[in-house]
Amino acid sequence: MPLLLFLEQTLNGLQFGVTLFLMAAGLTLVLGIMNMVNLAHGAFYMLGAYFAATLVPITGSFFMSVVLALAGAAAVGLLTEMVALRTLYSRDHLDQVLATFGLILFFRELVKIVWGPIAIFMDVPDLFSGRVEIVPGAPYPVYRLLVLAVGVTVGGFLWWLITRTRLGMLIRAGASNREMVGALGVDIKRLYTLVFALGCALAALAGVMAGPLYVVDIGMGDDILIKTFVVIVIGGIGSVRGAFVAAIIVGMVDTFGRILPSQFGLSATIAELAIYILMAAVLFWKPRGLFPAAG
Amino acid sequence: MILSLDRSRIFVLVLLAALALLPIVATLGGEEFYIGQFRRILIFAIAAISLDLILGYGGMVSLGHAAFVGVGAYVVAILVHHANEETLFLGFIPGTFEPLITWPLAMLVAGAFAFVIGLISLRTSGVYFIMITLAFAQMVYYVFVSWRTYGGDDGLRFRGGDTLAGFIDLGDDLTFYYVVFAVLLAVLYLGRRLVKSRFGRVIEGCRENERRMRALGFPSYRYKLAAFTIAGAVAGLAGGLFATHEAYISPSIMHWTRSGDLIIMVILGGMGTLYGPLVGAVVFMLMEKFLPDYTQHWQIVFGPVLVLIVLFARRGVFGWVLPARAGGRGHG
Repeated sequence: MPLLLFLEQTLNGLQFGVTLFLMAAGLTLVLGIMNMVNLAHGAFYMLGAYFAATLVPITGSFFMSVVLALAGAAAVGLLTEMVALRTLYSRDHLDQVLATFGLILFFRELVKIVWGPIAIFMDVPDLFSGRVEIVPGAPYPVYRLLVLAVGVTVGGFLWWLITRTRLGMLIRAGASNREMVGALGVDIKRLYTLVFALGCALAALAGVMAGPLYVVDIGMGDDILIKTFVVIVIGGIGSVRGAFVAAIIVGMVDTFGRILPSQFGLSATIAELAIYILMAAVLFWKPRGLFPAAG
Repeated sequence: MILSLDRSRIFVLVLLAALALLPIVATLGGEEFYIGQFRRILIFAIAAISLDLILGYGGMVSLGHAAFVGVGAYVVAILVHHANEETLFLGFIPGTFEPLITWPLAMLVAGAFAFVIGLISLRTSGVYFIMITLAFAQMVYYVFVSWRTYGGDDGLRFRGGDTLAGFIDLGDDLTFYYVVFAVLLAVLYLGRRLVKSRFGRVIEGCRENERRMRALGFPSYRYKLAAFTIAGAVAGLAGGLFATHEAYISPSIMHWTRSGDLIIMVILGGMGTLYGPLVGAVVFMLMEKFLPDYTQHWQIVFGPVLVLIVLFARRGVFGWVLPARAGGRGHG
């Protein structure tokens, strides 16, 4: 493989990796702390993209739209958590799978009613529409670099939030022993709601960033949701650090998986297999993922 | 005991009698359309019942069951396809039209898939099990999406393969309905024998407390693997019937949301009851078929209803007619 193509694909892989991380960070916290399987996480990815796609023409500002879309998705997440999910934390995984599957149906249909069944295209904001030559002779889209930067920044922010703040301390404590944290006088319900809303905002951010790169449609959340679960399981449920490492690995494997087969004359869709084989292999040797969370 | 007619027994008898009479009533009423519709429902009921074996009795939340249905369906489709083309599968396996060969092969191959997938998946538990079954189903899904020889994403349409044992014409709506109905009865009967047997009790024991079962000396992993394989094989049979029913197959049958639908059928009807999933399949698929006539957006209502069912009616439709104690589920 030529070196330039290799470099370009590495950047693509990293960029897809951080998108996956934005999705996975919220989901792994919800799963790890609340022991809650949330299939509806992809819905917030979808909602974020739809919100932004609608807001950009209205506000005329990409940045404003992103902020509003995140706030909107977080608000919907807040409402969903309080109305439907809160009672599910103490239920078994099957109930959670089923109920959140019901939420998927609800949100998909809602989006279909509001925005119609046809896919929407979102333009790359003008400011980031150009290309830069990081390496001479290989122009690379600025927008993809922006996604990468946003992902890394958010990753840093989360690391700071979880390891350096009081809120993060409570989150970690909640993951280890939620009864004890509750007994010590922390309003664990509010903490959960907060974490859930944060996860929704992160998923929406991933959706917004992905909007201009792919296409905004009803099914967009389903596909990435499964890949997000792969990331979480490989990384170890509840571990944000694991989610980051696994997201980058999966992003890379997925991207190069698409390129390599065509170099050897195979169909590109066979690459979809690669990440699932990777996950099965990881679980075979480490049934609790690469970074099993303590507790 | 056999003659005791409690409410659940009456319910089951009425239901089966209704299903047996349905094609006759439909023919008399000039509504033959319903025969094909209900045949499809019965086929999915078989798949849902097979899922109930591991989900309801074994407590294994598999989110990849549709893959086994799909594998079974493709076995039939591929064999008939090669029989039509007069070519060989993988260069050495001849195709055939005969359902007496293709259906059992569908079971066998789907069972083999379930065995291999179970071998790895059952090492994990909880969320990891849900996710790894899902991942394996996705693998199978993508294999067929990218397998161009058999239509890839577009699916595979085929002719023939609808003459059973050389003289029973499955092209006839009524005949095929009763063949499917007979298979359903057999699955229900054998399923019932299975869950009442020692094997079934061990599986239920593993759901309630696996560690205790191991302490009692039962190799729980092997028992669960056997159950997983049987469930996969029966799902494959449903897939085989489905392929013959549609004369067409595409990878969408094994999309992960299809596995979700199967779980809904099991829960809707009442899990851990065998008859429940049959009820669930009837209710779910009738809704799927007829609610769009009233509103295109029925899922916006059905989604929240599903949440409500989980929150307040966990025992499902069949749970309502059961005596309070029996057929409940474990808390594992």
